[in-house]
Amino acid sequence: MLSILARGLWTRCPCCGDLRSAKELDRSWKVCPKCGYHFRLTAPERLQYTLDEGSFREYDQGLTGEVPLAAPEYQEKLQAARQATALPEAVLTGEGTILGHRVAVAALDIRFIMASMGTVVGEKIVRAIENACAKRLPLVIFSASGGARLQEGVLSLLQMAKTSAALIAFHRAGLLYISVLTDPTTGGVSASFAFLGDIILAEPGALIGFAGPRVIEQTIRQKLPEGFQRAEFLCRHGFIDQVVPRPRLKSTLAQILALHREV
Amino acid sequence: MVNLDFERPIIELETKISELRTFAREKALDLQNEIARLEKRLQELTADIYQNLTPWQKVLVARHPGRPNVLAYIRHLFTDFLELRGDRLYGDDPALIGGLARFNGRPVTVLGNLKGKDTRENLERNFGMAHPEGYRKARRLMLQAGKFKRPVITLIDTPGAYCGVGAEERGQAVAIARSIQTMLGLRTPVVAVITGEGGSGGALALGAGDRLLIQEHAVFSVISPEAYATILWNDPARCPEAAQSMKITAADLAELGIVDEVIPEPPGGAHRDPALAARYVKEALARHLDELAGLPEEELLRRRLAKFRKIDNAYLRELNTN
Ligand SMILES: [Zn+2]
Repeated sequence: MLSILARGLWTRCPCCGDLRSAKELDRSWKVCPKCGYHFRLTAPERLQYTLDEGSFREYDQGLTGEVPLAAPEYQEKLQAARQATALPEAVLTGEGTILGHRVAVAALDIRFIMASMGTVVGEKIVRAIENACAKRLPLVIFSASGGARLQEGVLSLLQMAKTSAALIAFHRAGLLYISVLTDPTTGGVSASFAFLGDIILAEPGALIGFAGPRVIEQTIRQKLPEGFQRAEFLCRHGFIDQVVPRPRLKSTLAQILALHREV
Repeated sequence: MVNLDFERPIIELETKISELRTFAREKALDLQNEIARLEKRLQELTADIYQNLTPWQKVLVARHPGRPNVLAYIRHLFTDFLELRGDRLYGDDPALIGGLARFNGRPVTVLGNLKGKDTRENLERNFGMAHPEGYRKARRLMLQAGKFKRPVITLIDTPGAYCGVGAEERGQAVAIARSIQTMLGLRTPVVAVITGEGGSGGALALGAGDRLLIQEHAVFSVISPEAYATILWNDPARCPEAAQSMKITAADLAELGIVDEVIPEPPGGAHRDPALAARYVKEALARHLDELAGLPEEELLRRRLAKFRKIDNAYLRELNTN
């Protein structure tokens, strides 16, 4: 059994414990058929599930700069993340179509140092926003992040301002930005571009917040209630427009895009 | 007053001088020369210690309980301060204060994180850690400043935004995001000064203006050195090393091009002479506001957005060679 799990043919649902074959999960958009648990997607999977087949053109593929700060183990960490994910950094950006609607798109990949935002992630997001602005495309960002890329120190913090500043010109141009919050979206990403969309959607069960639950539990010295900081909780408190199950996400995006189509 | 370890030689010498004075007075002795010699020594010692603070020692100075808090700076920098409270949505946050005031006679909007001077005040002010209503109040007052074309001056001194149940329920992330974006989009000059701890997104919420100034011994960081050491190294005791690695001191930030000016502090830190510290801040603020005052709105906005667009470019120069 273990060897089958290890070979990635079968995956155990962390929610209901059922075993699912990779093929079955892929057919169900990586949503558990029994309990509805949404498995986390990699950035390539996200683009595959969202964009029309063959429509993706990547932006800034070679953007892999390294901030020469003093944290010595950071370079090793970056190398390990690159090897594990076959991605140069924690975000993929580009453009493509969603049921025929052309969009600029970004997807963060949680496998890459928790999709934390450093200078390269910030820069790629900003360039995607600028490209969308120049081509008058709607923008769709799938956020997922543990927060700031601490290893890059204060420069990572400033990405919050850099990305927010880029969105000012974008919004002034009257363009549409749909922000999709996926599991988990916290810290500097949630407190910047992720929450600055015209329309904010979230996937069921996604953890969304400023502080992570562990930090809060340490601060208040209590267990947090079930469902705290989950997408449904945020929707109830008025912070997102809709919780959209993954199988309906593409059609929902297309519907919103159609409603904003420039004539 | 709490004393920091590395300040002990200064305190000891201060005590010695004071004792000598008392002794001279009581015994009617002339010890002027001896006292003058010690005072000169004290000056040299203070300058020497404070010019060579490690990043971690700077953190301790920035958090020093005797360091003037934002209310003290407001008293020194402005006249006619009138506090304006509430976010009009939920409540008023005592950890982040705002209001109207005159700066060199001109009306301005003032915002600042407020730490208490003692435990009782700190409990009331939540140690300067704001809830969403604090950032929403800040945003409300920024927009108001925009309407009335008043410059905005912010004074930053916070460990960070509060992490708690209510803060999450009431939208801490979106409150910070919108405060930052509103500040970036204002059509009136915005100058921010880090006067103590510039902690994380909670500090940046008041820091995204035309100019970011920092006092000599203040710090600005993505997370506290303790949290950095815990998260990355699982060892909170390594916080001095974390402070070093994170580039959080005024000098480091100036070198990175993240702050526009380092404002000097009196020898031995702002807590040794708050009035003089405030005078230096006032002089710098006046200069930056003057420079910004002449710019047309669109140009002001263009420059502010451009500043953040290229804020890390010096570090990104390797990007395209890959
Ligand atoms: Zn399941």
